[in-house]
Amino acid sequence: MNLSISLTVNGLRRDIELSDPRVTLLDLLRERLDLTGTKKGCDRGQCGACTVLVDGRRINSCLALAVSLDGADILTIEGVAHGDQLHPVQAAFIAHDGLQCGFCTPGQIMSAIGLIDEAQAGDDPERIREGMSGNLCRCGAYAGITEAVLDAQQALATANQRRSA
Amino acid sequence: MNDFEYIRPATVSDAIAAAAAPDAAYLASGTNLLDLMKGGISRPKRLVDVTRLPGLDRAERLADGGIRIGAMVRNADLAHDPDFAKSYPAVAEALLSGASAQLRNAATVGGNLLQRTRCGYFYDTASACNKREPGAGCDARHGENRLHAVLGWSEACIATHPSDFCVPLVMLDAIVEIEGRSGRRELALEALYRLPGDTPERETVLEPGDLIVALRLPGEARAFAAHARYLKVRERTSYAFAVVSAAAALKVEAGKIREARLALGGVAAKPWRARAAEQILAGARADAVTFRRAAEVALSEATPSGDNLFKIELAKRIIVRALTLAAAGTPARIAALPASPFASVSGVLHDA
Repeated sequence: MNLSISLTVNGLRRDIELSDPRVTLLDLLRERLDLTGTKKGCDRGQCGACTVLVDGRRINSCLALAVSLDGADILTIEGVAHGDQLHPVQAAFIAHDGLQCGFCTPGQIMSAIGLIDEAQAGDDPERIREGMSGNLCRCGAYAGITEAVLDAQQALATANQRRSA
Repeated sequence: MNDFEYIRPATVSDAIAAAAAPDAAYLASGTNLLDLMKGGISRPKRLVDVTRLPGLDRAERLADGGIRIGAMVRNADLAHDPDFAKSYPAVAEALLSGASAQLRNAATVGGNLLQRTRCGYFYDTASACNKREPGAGCDARHGENRLHAVLGWSEACIATHPSDFCVPLVMLDAIVEIEGRSGRRELALEALYRLPGDTPERETVLEPGDLIVALRLPGEARAFAAHARYLKVRERTSYAFAVVSAAAALKVEAGKIREARLALGGVAAKPWRARAAEQILAGARADAVTFRRAAEVALSEATPSGDNLFKIELAKRIIVRALTLAAAGTPARIAALPASPFASVSGVLHDA
């Protein structure tokens, strides 16, 4: 059985031979590609620490078989900054204390980027909280996270306006 | 997780042939199946990946005004489709009340219909479970069972069906299209599911190799769009399965109900259509007295399967509340907290 796949990960094409069909996207990222920014929390789709974007959509990488994603475009926390310039969502998490221990943060940030792209929540904090409910934070930094998402969304909208003006 | 053979067929007929083998399972997004495999609850020897099959990933409008939704359409895409949400608002609300945004982005329509119960004893391989291991017994029957079934259960199994999506679908007479070894057939979604009886391991009427390829909602169901809601009580406001849920839809004229639809979730091994209650509602005034009478009828055959007597009264109140909200009219936009009893409209009592 041929288990070779190719993925685009953070803009780079990766050709990968899978030794085993059981490998999840999460384990592939962490164990094979050394991208350990994506975290393994529950490994059962309940905590959101493993959130990444697949073809632009946020999903739980622990519940996706890598072999099934052949050809997909993956974005992880390692791929969101431009050199030393943080992604606006990363900057907003720092500005609003949207973290304490930091373990859930990569998943929170990838989920927030996905949420802003989905453009369903607007500037309603209740809709943002609902839209971020798939990401647990054991330190309870939720208030800061909501503020960070609101702020980052505003910053991205302003930047987009400037670009199109 | 046990090892398995991975197959990605190019056609539906190849998929059916591959999945008809013993111990084969279809893999769509895997949000439920991989969880079950990690826990050792499901141990398929072959996974047949259906995510790339042609033609299953889109929804199309039908000549009768209805919609045909391919089995691989993702839950989030369906819920956020403006025409769909406007035409079938209770279905969109139910979709958005389920799981998390990440899971809704991945989970498919077909997979949602076939998700397994969240009974804790089913998930715990150290416990006896007739569904997981026929004849083993049921540790839920005298265990922690406050969330278990109050309708249609048997001594062999008291588990509930966890889907939100399926509750308004059953209410609106959704049809499933199935491809199998003997060709294509279709079936009312309600008839897809079996009650546990003595064979709780047989959850649906599907045969080996059967693949759900599409789901249809009749155009006629659009006529309820102005008065349709889904309401779901959970143990936390978001990202939790229903303790009890209800889908309610009405056609209202001058304060009178011309036609009503009602279904319950979280109460039985299948989404539970309350037809006798619909009869009570038809022709009656759309008021609290009528709604309570309908709720009493809907739960008239309910019995606790354990420490869950409260679910019977809770279900009645949720029915009254869902009918009240439906009568008040479908909101222009789905509430910030979809299907939540904590997202009230003004003038509606919280303790209805």
